[in-house]
Amino acid sequence: MKIHLSSVFVDDQEQALRFYTDVLGFTVKHDIPMGEHRWLTVVSPDDVDGTELVLEPSSHPAVPPFKEALVTDGIPMTSFAVSDVHKEYERLKGLGVRFTQEPTAMGPVTTAVFDDTCGNLIQIAAQG
Amino acid sequence: MADVFKALVDPTRRKILDELTEKDGQTLFEICARLAMKYQLASSRQAISQHLDVLEAAGLVETRREGRYKFHFINTAPLEPIVDRWLRRASKEPE
Repeated sequence: MKIHLSSVFVDDQEQALRFYTDVLGFTVKHDIPMGEHRWLTVVSPDDVDGTELVLEPSSHPAVPPFKEALVTDGIPMTSFAVSDVHKEYERLKGLGVRFTQEPTAMGPVTTAVFDDTCGNLIQIAAQG
Repeated sequence: MADVFKALVDPTRRKILDELTEKDGQTLFEICARLAMKYQLASSRQAISQHLDVLEAAGLVETRREGRYKFHFINTAPLEPIVDRWLRRASKEPE
């Protein structure tokens, strides 16, 4: 067994597509129309056959209050690995990304948390 | 002043104030992560949230909403009467 997909609920798939590709730098793997929404996945350009991130619509009524409660408390929906959190922080800040937690050494890892503009907080983490 | 001493008696709450002194304005998530990763404190998020409520009731922590996020800030004003009552008085006494 292996993890093939992971997903984040996004408020707007089109806006999510732009943020996750143009700002974060992922590439589109699948973009298939599915009724009202799309089957939309992105991958890391360094690992195009690796785990896909599904940008899933937040349309179920339980999703918005769940997301809002997590955001209020600063809790990220998921975490991405980067080689240098400080460098990535500077790059993303330069692109106007809002951080709720600046790069912080947390024992063996350094982490930071930003807003994905689609209703989620996302953590970036690097060892050391 | 009793509230302040009651808030400060707990070591986890003192650690929270230490961390806010190092970096003011933190989300609940960041405070929990710091306590878990830096001090291996095994408290649940709910327990930390309750500690923050005690600190807030004593006036030592203030929360502010910025957009959709809630941040916690340290407020040292309630410590002033302690300094005035014992420390400042001691230094003035020779006059």
